[in-house]
Amino acid sequence: MSYNKRDRILAFLILLPSILLLAVFVYGFIGWTGLVAFSKWDGVEPNYEWAGLENFRMLFTSAGGIAAQRFSIDLWNTLFFTLFFLLICVLIGLLLAILLDQRIKWEGVFRTIYLFPMSLSFVVTGVVWQWIFAPGTSSRPRGINALLHMVGLDSLRWKWYTDTRAIGHFHLALIPVIIAASWQLIGYTMAMYLAGLRSIPEELREAARVDGASEWQIYRHVILPLLQPITLSALIVLGHISLKIFDLVYTMTGKGPGFVTDVPGIFMFETTFQGNHYAQGAAISIVMLLMVAVVVIPYLIYNFRREVEL
Amino acid sequence: MKRFNPARLGIYLLLILFALVFLLPVYVLLVSSFKSFAEVQDLSRMWALPSGLYWESFRAAWFGIPEKGLRGLAPNLRNSIYLTVPATIISSLLGSLNGYILSKWRFPGANVIFPLMLFGMFIPYQSILIPLTQTLAAIGLGGTLWGLILVHVVYGLPITTLIFRNYYAEVPTELIEAARIDGAGLLGVYWRVLFPLSIPGFVVVIIWQFTNIWNEFLFAVTILQNPDLQPITVALRNLSGSQIKEWNMVMAGALIAAIPTLLIYILLGRYFIRGLLAGSVKG
Repeated sequence: MSYNKRDRILAFLILLPSILLLAVFVYGFIGWTGLVAFSKWDGVEPNYEWAGLENFRMLFTSAGGIAAQRFSIDLWNTLFFTLFFLLICVLIGLLLAILLDQRIKWEGVFRTIYLFPMSLSFVVTGVVWQWIFAPGTSSRPRGINALLHMVGLDSLRWKWYTDTRAIGHFHLALIPVIIAASWQLIGYTMAMYLAGLRSIPEELREAARVDGASEWQIYRHVILPLLQPITLSALIVLGHISLKIFDLVYTMTGKGPGFVTDVPGIFMFETTFQGNHYAQGAAISIVMLLMVAVVVIPYLIYNFRREVEL
Repeated sequence: MKRFNPARLGIYLLLILFALVFLLPVYVLLVSSFKSFAEVQDLSRMWALPSGLYWESFRAAWFGIPEKGLRGLAPNLRNSIYLTVPATIISSLLGSLNGYILSKWRFPGANVIFPLMLFGMFIPYQSILIPLTQTLAAIGLGGTLWGLILVHVVYGLPITTLIFRNYYAEVPTELIEAARIDGAGLLGVYWRVLFPLSIPGFVVVIIWQFTNIWNEFLFAVTILQNPDLQPITVALRNLSGSQIKEWNMVMAGALIAAIPTLLIYILLGRYFIRGLLAGSVKG
């Protein structure tokens, strides 16, 4: 199609406000935050005096004292949270999708039940699961502990998200948070896999059946390989959610005793907006941005290349 | 009728088991909300059904308990509506126009601009919060609902543009050619050809934006310090974080906060899922 000059300019003018807004609010602000991260801004009044890597040194070396200890715990927590959260969402999401793909009666009802948590706020999820996992006391158990007490399984009672025990660097208190986050996003993974399964032509399965493949073999050798791109998308989407998670943990448990459930998002928020240590908060957020960028940028480039080839 | 098949029975049992686990929090939410204040204090009966339907938790969540210094959520629910409706409409309209230009009027540089726009929806918003609060304060929008609306419009642009771009890419180019031969210009094509075809696209985008903005917490808690202006998510978190915990009131509040998006999901789930999948399947 040939466009006349007037329309070409008009097209550009329509796009321009959005481009400018995003240029400023995304890229300009990231640069600005970077500047703050290298500044001496500590207190309500901005102070852009150059501090070099000082704010990062406070996070990553023993010079930072308690802040460095906290940040180290945060990074370990993020690692384990992300690992288990992704694993649970992908495995159970895939399982539910495959089960629902077996010509199930009331498929719509089951689907609706598995997916409804996606429509809720992380704040609602956090509030409800906080109540469910609240441990209570040994004489007055609450939540799951009360349930365990009722069925006589008192030996399984523990302090859930207030527990300070750890296996290596993995704080057990993260388990309830991982369960709550998975509860909210398993349905999302399931929906992605289900859409993927539905897009696989029936002839492909038929052909495999004619060749004498069992249902298990069809899944193992035909269907699962075709779902790989979906797994990649799911991992990226869930991964970037878990790397920057804030609302859910902040509402459900907060930083926890001894930072057992702390994450960089909470550390950044408290440091910046409650402690007024702006430069320190900016440095935390830059580390968060780098973690997400490492995951997302290759994915965007990969997707984009694929699209250009099409 | 099929013969009895133990494998299929197993599948159904597994599906039902998972459904029960998924509904467990809903059960807790409902039974806690409908208990009386006296009943909810007895923690040993936390999992038991309420002895009757008591509405006092909802009344407390809605109006607050002034003598205990607990605020009601009604004004915050109203704030959420004032925030979500304009932000959703503006970001959807802008996304539609952007999507149209990017899908049908490819120009040099578009292939670079689009992924750069998309990156904006993945960033941890912590990394822009400090400049954001400074800028809003400088332009006189700090601590206001309009400031938060602006923020949601801007950071909603990547996803709304993406969904509409993919949606319009499916519209046959012949339709546009035909309109152009009839003398329609850039905006004429949009108004006469694409906009009338956009209703399903708008439903998807509006549901998606409404749900996200309604549920959002980080921007709201950072930008709005004034409790009279805060949306319901922030007020709910304040309620559950306060020293005096009236659990049935918190649960009833959570239910009130969840109902609008939950209703949309139940009534228009098909469109909700489309938005969900659009957010993950790029390009």
